[in-house]
Amino acid sequence: MAVPLRHPWRISIAVVLVFLLALFIVDASQRPDYGWAEVGKYLFDRRISQAAWVTLTLTIYAMFGAIVLGLLLAIMRLSPNPVVKSIAWLYLWIFRGTPVYVQLVFWGIVALIYPVFTIGIPFMTPWITIPNDVFTNLFITAVIGLALNEAAYMSEIVRAGLLSVDEGQEEASTALAMSWGQTMRYVVIPQAMKIIIPPTGNEVISMLKTTSLVAAIPLSIDLYGVSRGISAVTFTPVPLLIVASIWYLLFTSVLMVGQHFIEKRFSRGTGRRQAGPASESDPGAAAVTAAPTGNDLGGKG
Amino acid sequence: MSATPMVTADRISKSFGANNVLRSISLEVQAGEVLCIVGPSGSGKSTFLRCINHLEKIDAGRLFVEGQLVGYRQKGDKLHELKPKEAALQRRDIGMVFQRFNLFPHMTALENIIQAPMRVKRVPKAKATLRARQLMERVGLGDKADHYPAHLSGGQQQRVAIARALAMDPKLMLFDEPTSALDPELVGEVLDVMKELATSGMTMIVVTHEMGFAREVADSIAFMDGGVVVEAGPPREVLGNPQQDRTKAFLSKVL
Repeated sequence: MAVPLRHPWRISIAVVLVFLLALFIVDASQRPDYGWAEVGKYLFDRRISQAAWVTLTLTIYAMFGAIVLGLLLAIMRLSPNPVVKSIAWLYLWIFRGTPVYVQLVFWGIVALIYPVFTIGIPFMTPWITIPNDVFTNLFITAVIGLALNEAAYMSEIVRAGLLSVDEGQEEASTALAMSWGQTMRYVVIPQAMKIIIPPTGNEVISMLKTTSLVAAIPLSIDLYGVSRGISAVTFTPVPLLIVASIWYLLFTSVLMVGQHFIEKRFSRGTGRRQAGPASESDPGAAAVTAAPTGNDLGGKG
Repeated sequence: MSATPMVTADRISKSFGANNVLRSISLEVQAGEVLCIVGPSGSGKSTFLRCINHLEKIDAGRLFVEGQLVGYRQKGDKLHELKPKEAALQRRDIGMVFQRFNLFPHMTALENIIQAPMRVKRVPKAKATLRARQLMERVGLGDKADHYPAHLSGGQQQRVAIARALAMDPKLMLFDEPTSALDPELVGEVLDVMKELATSGMTMIVVTHEMGFAREVADSIAFMDGGVVVEAGPPREVLGNPQQDRTKAFLSKVL
């Protein structure tokens, strides 16, 4: 009988890790600073759940804005017009090259720089003057600030998706007398989506966490802001950080499950849907699988 | 020679940067004719084909399909490039089949075929589907309508691509090395479909390396090398009794 190779180190390391983890848990459960009773008390506090809702809506609005603007920027960067291309590049350079925290602080004070919007001939008495209500509303400011930053990342994801589609696809569609718009809508974008969707899911998860930075504006009605607000009164910072973290983890876990299914659906791709002999020469499929995911975009803020 | 030729190329030239791909090409194809273009790779065959449906722009000369200038409008002695919509309108009557098939991988064979009729000609879906099924029968794939391209062999994919081009009821079909990407045993099935198409009276321009097909099906053969038409004429003359040294050298290698 063959005796398989023993791995004494594997077992020792596992034992040590489990022991350390157990030690930490036992210690943490008894340490008063964690205030577990407080955690239980505030976890379902109405103020907290409302703040969680604010965080969720911030994420949704900001991502929606970022996707629309990102698509526009991606198309601008692929434009044959050098000026349009350069402006899109400049946008990316600025918004990816500065921390999102700094950007949010800036949007927070932009209402002081531009207290009114005016319509008229430049340097003459304006015809119409509108007070700047957009940037005095801190929630809207937060959505705009987050969306403008995220759009730079989304545009790279969309661009990678569009570039991943084989040139022959556009050519075949053009040869069939389809217009540029029809080619994009029915041929290029459906194929690009396979590349675009998975990293976009990552961006949604990332955005949910980034919303905590709206404190820079300063907006304090989001999950992190409200938790800090309560702890400032009760002098129990740690339990409220734990409460906020539990809510963030809940949301990110749900999003991760959602993303798992979306990725499964889109990796089905050129159709492992039906059993059948795989083609040895399918340029379209090869292009899709070989394409960059546009996922490796580095850290933010 | 009373009728307007289907295609007239009048001294057309085209260059990519410093590379003169086409140098004053003149050719004529009558309606119902099959022209095969042969020649070594890099001789400009494919570029010429792509000029006919304005996938490539020509730099000089005049190119007509059914007497209509392709891709341009003449004002005085100057050519003005057409808008994308106007160029698309001209492509409706010209089908094209590519070396690498270029089927849409996210659609079934049937969906591939009905796209252009539905989107471009606004044919109702039911009618387009009925016609697509007939075309699938015609290319011998009646039972493969709901298969995705990835589940078809190369030869089957290329036959779907031919059906897709035919769905627009073209007057002219362009074939850009339609069998070059295929495994040898799959070449025959595609050539058979093309032969049937030629017999039915379709005007075809075929860039190919299949000399047997050219000899059998073509009404005329043009041998291209270095961006010029070296020799053109009926197959038995060009293939059987070539006059130019370059033609002889090429044919001695491929025949």
